Amino acid sequence: MPEVIRKTALALTASLALLTTACTGQPSSGANDDASKDTTINFWHAWSAPSETKAVDALIAGFEKTHPHIHVDVVADMTDDKLNQALRTGGSKAPDVISSFTTNDVGKFCSSGALVDLNPFFEKSGIDPETTFPKAMNEYTQFEGDRCTVPLLGDAYGLYYNKTAFKKAGITGPPRTWSEFEADAKKLTIADGDGYEQLGFMPDYHGWESTTEHYFAQFSPTYFDKDGKSDLAGDPAFAAGFTLQKKLVDELGGFRKLEKYRSKLGDEWGPKHPFHTGQVAMQLDGEWRLGMALEAEPSFEIGVAPLPVPDDRADQYGKGYITGTIAGIAATSTKQNAAWELVKYMTTDTDAVVGFANDIHNVPSTLAALKSPKLTYDPRFKTFLDIAANPHSTTTPASVNGGVYLSTIQQFGYDYESGKVKDLKAGLERTARQIDTDIAQAK
Amino acid sequence: MTTVTLASKRRRAALVTAAFMSPWLIGFAVFFAYPLISTVYFSFMHYNGLQPPTWRGAQNWTYVFRDYPYFWPALRNTLWLVVVMVSLRVIFGLGVGLLITRIRTGAGVFRTLFYLPYLAPPVAATMAFAFLLNPGTGPVDSILEAIGLPAPGWFNDPAWSKPALTLLALWGIGDLMVIFMAALLDVPREQYEAAELDGASAWQRFRFVTLPNISPIVLFAVVTGVIQTMQYYTQPLIAGKVASGVIQGAGTQFEPGFPERSTLTLPQLVYNLGFQRFDYGSACVVALVLFALSMAFTAFLMRRRGGLNLAGD
Repeated sequence: MPEVIRKTALALTASLALLTTACTGQPSSGANDDASKDTTINFWHAWSAPSETKAVDALIAGFEKTHPHIHVDVVADMTDDKLNQALRTGGSKAPDVISSFTTNDVGKFCSSGALVDLNPFFEKSGIDPETTFPKAMNEYTQFEGDRCTVPLLGDAYGLYYNKTAFKKAGITGPPRTWSEFEADAKKLTIADGDGYEQLGFMPDYHGWESTTEHYFAQFSPTYFDKDGKSDLAGDPAFAAGFTLQKKLVDELGGFRKLEKYRSKLGDEWGPKHPFHTGQVAMQLDGEWRLGMALEAEPSFEIGVAPLPVPDDRADQYGKGYITGTIAGIAATSTKQNAAWELVKYMTTDTDAVVGFANDIHNVPSTLAALKSPKLTYDPRFKTFLDIAANPHSTTTPASVNGGVYLSTIQQFGYDYESGKVKDLKAGLERTARQIDTDIAQAK
Repeated sequence: MTTVTLASKRRRAALVTAAFMSPWLIGFAVFFAYPLISTVYFSFMHYNGLQPPTWRGAQNWTYVFRDYPYFWPALRNTLWLVVVMVSLRVIFGLGVGLLITRIRTGAGVFRTLFYLPYLAPPVAATMAFAFLLNPGTGPVDSILEAIGLPAPGWFNDPAWSKPALTLLALWGIGDLMVIFMAALLDVPREQYEAAELDGASAWQRFRFVTLPNISPIVLFAVVTGVIQTMQYYTQPLIAGKVASGVIQGAGTQFEPGFPERSTLTLPQLVYNLGFQRFDYGSACVVALVLFALSMAFTAFLMRRRGGLNLAGD
């Protein structure tokens, strides 16, 4: 009988050991598959609008035509949360290739090892990323020398404005500085009881794309100093950005009134977006908005311009915030060579990049594609290509814990715009300390 | 010889007992003991789910309690919901149960009406409430304004977001109503008759006859309510997301507990830390806090059971 007990104990211990290893399993390095053999890979992406998923399908069809032995199963509408979980768990249904709408998580993806370093793949294929991708895009797709992502089209942020409303208000052209913008936003605002018939601009940080990082790009901020510490309280660009936004909130009716109005407006990705419907006359947004706004067939003429700059940086007018969609290969993938073939095609094949950019109304992400004669666009789209090419345009740096520092800044923004926090300087110092603490915790 | 036989009989009996208990024992080991032990273990480790865990000592604990800005607001909100939401759900569920057991005609219709909302999926129910209570376009505020009453901001106002969640919870009262109805119908009629002969008022009959008889069910409702509320995740998350207008997309950030962290609950932190920040260690700390709180509440309530005037005790 003691023998039975011993065996039972052994079996239990073995089961627990198996469970333990199952829960702390390490992703395999996995880049030893034969990409010339017949195989199927999974590709997860974040696009969801019908026109966008159609464009992705066309891109994949082009790849399968040139790589008949590699089949791609595509899954659309995947948020970063879903990607994060799939990247950790792996398995036959998990993605081999992922694409994410935001560059915020690049640092986290690289430092955690969720995505593989693509440098060896670039070397093996004889492609030099430095001469393939624009400088900013080349920078935001790597973290501390680990290139775990690659740009898959880019996004540039600018200003959309209702030309018809501008004419009615007697405004001749788009504002070039924030003080002009402020004056125009007030001129374009038509009150209606405790709401608005037309709002010049929705300044709240919840106003779809009017997030802190999109505003502050115009002030060319330095997020981290040379020691990697948050420079939120040290760089006056941040205080200037927060002050400007708060002034807009107060002058356009106050936070509560604006928030109430915002709760009546349509959502960002639907046809009832308040810019399409004419409820908001100016909109900070990415280049994709142009196609979406035109599809909604608004009753006014759409104007496009770079976002204004601070008055003391008037010579830098034309710049904007740059980010983009990124692609990467899951560390859990056992088909990394086949996955690389897809990533390479989607991100470095000039015709594929141009075709996809044309279909999806995004900024191309290779230098060759940007110059390609096959690139077709509405003349207004040229504004975004220029913003992307502008040397003063900025992006947000990668961080070990992804976009947590941006969430923390945005969270402070909510508290400041609502009046919950009144002392800007003290608030910035406290927020900077929080960012440093969070980064130390993630290391 | 006899002792050997006795000992072997005892051993055999013990083994038979263990064999019969083994399904539960295995379940307990795999689904409770192991996860709990590993949660404690990981709470002292730096672990991102991908690379091997490394020892971190008490750093995750100090980070959560001292440096993680969402912990205390989430704890306060969770405790608020435990106290207010659970109490109101029990009172409301008991009230509805009492009313329906008193109805002579159409009780079935009312039972169905009150039970149906409980069957609605939480995401759909929350989105419907966010639509109904929208301060700009919702019919509730339009009606309130039309009759000259102040219209709250509900899910868009930090002072009203938790009461709005409580309203949503009260709407889905069907489960408690059914349990209370069963308990109320179980109270012996003769006790009511005796109380009536003694001249007891309706309130006295409820206080001295109904309540003592159904107190174990009240305790059950409170304990399960506390545990459920400790795990309250879907409704506040969906309500906050819908009201904030932030649909995850390009450039959008995780924004916990809109508005102003007022709908933030502890389970949301477990998700944020573990699955969004890849910080399993800190997520395990929050999970253990949840576990400890649930245990403390349950122990407190079970002790109070001694103070309840239990029928048949």
